Amino acid sequence: MTSVATTTGPGRPDTGRPGPRRPRWARLLGRQPLGILFAAPYAVFLVTVFAYPLFLAVWISFHDYFFAAPGAQVERPFVGFDNYAAVLSDPEVRQSFVNVAVFLVINVRLTVVLALVLATALNSVVHGRTFLRVSYYVPYVTASVALVAVWLFLFGQNGMVNEVLGPLAPNPSWLVNSTLAMPVIAIFVTWKQLGFFILLYLAALQGISKELYDAAAVDGASRWRSFLSVTVPGVRPATVLVVILATITGANLFTEPYLLTNGGGPDGASSSPVFVMYQKGIEQGNPDVASAIGVILVICVLLVSLVNKRLLERE
Amino acid sequence: MTATESMTRTEATRPEAVGPSRGSRGLGSVASYVVLFLGALLFLFPFYYMVIGSLQREADTTVAGAVPSGDLTLNNYAQINQRVDLLGSLVNSGIFTGGVLLGTVVFGILAGYALARLHFRGRGTLFAVMLLVQIVPFQLLIIPIYVLIVRSYGLADTHLGMILPFAINSTAVFVFRQFFLQLPEDLFAAARIDGAGELRILWSVALPLVKPALLTAVLLTFIGPWNEFLWPFLVTKDTELQPLAVTLANYMSNVAGRAANPYGAILAGAVVLAAPAVALFVAFQKHFTASELGSGVKG
Repeated sequence: MTSVATTTGPGRPDTGRPGPRRPRWARLLGRQPLGILFAAPYAVFLVTVFAYPLFLAVWISFHDYFFAAPGAQVERPFVGFDNYAAVLSDPEVRQSFVNVAVFLVINVRLTVVLALVLATALNSVVHGRTFLRVSYYVPYVTASVALVAVWLFLFGQNGMVNEVLGPLAPNPSWLVNSTLAMPVIAIFVTWKQLGFFILLYLAALQGISKELYDAAAVDGASRWRSFLSVTVPGVRPATVLVVILATITGANLFTEPYLLTNGGGPDGASSSPVFVMYQKGIEQGNPDVASAIGVILVICVLLVSLVNKRLLERE
Repeated sequence: MTATESMTRTEATRPEAVGPSRGSRGLGSVASYVVLFLGALLFLFPFYYMVIGSLQREADTTVAGAVPSGDLTLNNYAQINQRVDLLGSLVNSGIFTGGVLLGTVVFGILAGYALARLHFRGRGTLFAVMLLVQIVPFQLLIIPIYVLIVRSYGLADTHLGMILPFAINSTAVFVFRQFFLQLPEDLFAAARIDGAGELRILWSVALPLVKPALLTAVLLTFIGPWNEFLWPFLVTKDTELQPLAVTLANYMSNVAGRAANPYGAILAGAVVLAAPAVALFVAFQKHFTASELGSGVKG
């Protein structure tokens, strides 16, 4: 759109556009330069808390960086890939990446299936919509910290879940069991975020034309059949979005390992890359190593998202 | 006008818009209701348990403990209030959230309007960066932002340092832009011919038409800082400045052992933290619909 202003510059043939020639400032700043003023605070904000930190993260990861008093002049030599080598050979970091992979395998699939099924069901009912919508969205609007408190109570050693299961209760209990801790976190996050993804699917469902369902019904398709052959392909773009957003949410995992499993326990079995970044970068004062973890994590998220997008769009 | 009115219509007004034809209803519909209501109970149970647990004198984890007995007490609320500065934490949460809302409403609307309705150099770039922000998550930038805000600007233990990284919510800017974009161009052309300035057009023509979008975006923006844990946890070491999510988390991991009924006290704190967001959401839930946000998502 910004190119509009340049089409009627001097020396060019008139393109037939009505109105007088644009003055020089309009070619330079656009037709409504006031827009620059309106957008300036947001642009400055994006540069200071997004663009510059993004650059800084990469820069720090290639230097021997440490915290110093504000204003102090210190030497921070370039160290090439040293921080990356340290990160990749660290078993704690590797463990956290494996953990988040386990998390994503459970969380993303569960999220896509449950959100689509529930959104389809919600879309087909007439009564009690408000109650149902509120029920499914309410964990999404509530603080993780508050919800973790209840889950600690429910899934604790003597919690209600174990009371109900009786002799079937896992030993060691859920949150201190190295096999079960990560799946419990994955289910917690699925439950907490599901409302948002149901909302996305509900929006996508409005875009499928009723004729497709009618045609499927004429062909004698069952409800299940028409779900598979009309609904699922119809919401595919939304599925791509849901998978990518769920992957990003998963890569951000921090509060749950910190509080629910008491610092990524047992023995790092539920630690996440962001949790390790916090430990190494801020607790132990190695922001350079932590930044390298962050850069690797972003690259992994981008790769996983790209692969998922390709796979989903090919099917 | 018609554009926004049609958008504010809730899904309920067009229940038959999609879905299988009438012939296959009946049994399938009953199954939908059963699945949906059972699911809803499963989703709500932890909230019910949070409230019940916060009112019990002694923690009772048996199934019977989930049924309210006569012996309910507000003692746990007094307990948590004694251990942590509940009111002070709520005020901090309020300042943090209020600051973000103010920044988002004032600068976000200006940016959204400019991106949707004004032609200026750099608009395409700004829009692209705004989209990029949605993909690169904040947590991955915590180290450099921590370095900048805490070490370079010396804003540790200040409300400003807490607010700054969240000051303008990009999703809200995106929603604002989508709504301004959907207004008819004639409206703006007419106002400009009448000699109205852009600020005046925004204030008295465009804004009144996008009020529902404003509410949706404010609601979305509210839950961000109110529920945020990691950033205020990193930036505040001074307990007098910590918002409630951080205060409660610290209580959970450090001092809970000392209270008579630690779970009761924790759950009481959880209720206080959850209540404002849940209450706001329930009050304005009709604005939180697929059609309202959908127009933002489908872009």
